[in-house]
Amino acid sequence: MDEITSGFIKAIELIATLNPEVVEITIRSLGIALASTVLASALTIPLGSLIHFHSFPGKRAAINVIQTLYSLPTVTVGLLVFLMISRAGPLGHFGLLFTPWGIIIGQTILRVPIMTGLTISALSGVGSDIRDTAISLGATGAQAMWTIIREARAAVVAALLLGFGRAISEVGVAMMIGGNIRGYTRVLTTAIALETNMGNLELSMALGIILISISLVVNLVMNRVQGRWWS
Amino acid sequence: MELTDLLELHDVGLSRGGQRILAQVNLKVKRGEIVAIIGPTGSGKTSMLRIADLLDQPDKGRVIYDQLDVSRDQRARLAARRRMSMVFQRPAMFNSSVGYNVAYGLKLRGARGADLEERVDEALRSVGLSGYQRRSISGLSGGEVQRVALARSLAVRPELLILDEATANLDPSTVSAIEGLIQASRERGATVLMATHDLLQSRRLADRVAVMMAGTLVQVGRPDEVFSQTACQPVASFVQGEEFMRLVGDRA
Repeated sequence: MDEITSGFIKAIELIATLNPEVVEITIRSLGIALASTVLASALTIPLGSLIHFHSFPGKRAAINVIQTLYSLPTVTVGLLVFLMISRAGPLGHFGLLFTPWGIIIGQTILRVPIMTGLTISALSGVGSDIRDTAISLGATGAQAMWTIIREARAAVVAALLLGFGRAISEVGVAMMIGGNIRGYTRVLTTAIALETNMGNLELSMALGIILISISLVVNLVMNRVQGRWWS
Repeated sequence: MELTDLLELHDVGLSRGGQRILAQVNLKVKRGEIVAIIGPTGSGKTSMLRIADLLDQPDKGRVIYDQLDVSRDQRARLAARRRMSMVFQRPAMFNSSVGYNVAYGLKLRGARGADLEERVDEALRSVGLSGYQRRSISGLSGGEVQRVALARSLAVRPELLILDEATANLDPSTVSAIEGLIQASRERGATVLMATHDLLQSRRLADRVAVMMAGTLVQVGRPDEVFSQTACQPVASFVQGEEFMRLVGDRA
C-alpha cells in the first residue's frame, strides 16, 4: 500500500515538474491521436454521408458489416497493417513500420468502422422534415445534405471525440506497428505497459494519470458540445 | 384583364405503397388569388400541396408553373421552387437561432450582408417578432415557432405562398395575426394556396375553395357557391359536420 501511495506522490511530482520524458510522450500521444482522428474524419464523414444519403442494393448489409467491425480486435488490425507495411509487404517501400505514421495509419483503420457507423447514426437522427424544409426553401440536393450534416453536428463531433478518445487509449496497434521505440514511437499506453513490466511504477502512474485526465477532458468537451448544440 | 394561371395541376395522381393517395386532381390557381383546399383529415390535402411545392413528383399527370411544365425536369423544378415557399403544418426548424432560420432561404437566393439582415428584420417585424434574431429556436412557444416559419417563408417574397394548416392549434389572436399576414401577402401580389380545416377561415380569406375527398377534388368554386350548393352528399356532410363542430366548440 505504501508503495502505491509513495508511487502516486512521485507520479504527481513528475507531472508537476514537467519531467521531460513525461512531456515528450504525452505530446507525441496527443499528436498521433489527433492526426489519426483528423485522417479518420476525412474518410468517415464523407463515407457515412454517402451511405446515409444514397439508396443502393445491400445498404442494410453494409451498415451491419460496419457495425460488426466496431469490435475489430486492435491486435488483428495491428497484424494486418504490419503485414501491409513490413519490408516484404505491398507498402513496404514506404518504410512506415516502426514510425509514428505507421501508428497513425493503423489507428485510422481501427477508427473507420465506428466513426462511419456513428456518422450514419448521427445523420439518421435528423428527421426527413428537415430535408423537406431545406428543399422547399430552395436548397439543391447537395445544399440540403450539407444542412442535414450541420443539423447533426453535435452527434458528428461526439463521434470524432469518441474516435480521439479511443485512439489515445489504444495499445495493440501502437505496440505492434510503432514498436515502442524510446523518443520516437513511444506513446502513453505503450510506455505504461513497458514501465509497469520494468517495475518503474512512478512513471507508469504519472502517465496513467495523464491518460485518464485526457479522457476526462475529452468527455467534458463532448458534454459541453452536446449541451450547447442540443439544448 | 384575364388573370393568368400561375400553377396548374393536370390529372395529377399519386400512390404510395400500393395505396392511391391522389387521383386525377385538376386545379388552376390564378395569379393573385387565394385558393383554400378543404377536406377531411387524410383526404390528400398535404400530398397535393407537396406536389404543388414541387417537393414530391406525381406518378401521373403534369404540374405547370407559370406556363412551364415542371413535372419532371429537375433544373426547372429548382428554379420554380425558388419562386415559391411553403409553411408546413408542423414546421421543422433548423437547430440554431431564429435569424439563421429566417435567413436560410434568402441565402440560397444570394442575399448577403446588410440586405440579408434588413430582409430578416423586415420578415420578423411583419410577424411581430422584432428583435428575435439571436434567440434560440428551442426556447420558443408553438405559436412563435409557427410565426417564425411564416417569416421564413415570407422573407423570400414568394410569388406563390403555400400554407398547410398554418393556423391549426394556435390561439385566436395568433390565428388573426397570421390571417392578416396572408391578406397582406396577397395585397403585395402573392398568390396563396392553403389547406385548412377551418371553414370559416376559408370563407374569410379565399377567393375560391376546393373540396378534396378521398384524393380527388370534388368541387371547386367561390366559397358562397361551395357552401350553399354542395356538389354531392359527402361534401354536404363534411361542410355541415365541420360547421356543427365549430358551433359546439364556440359554445363550449
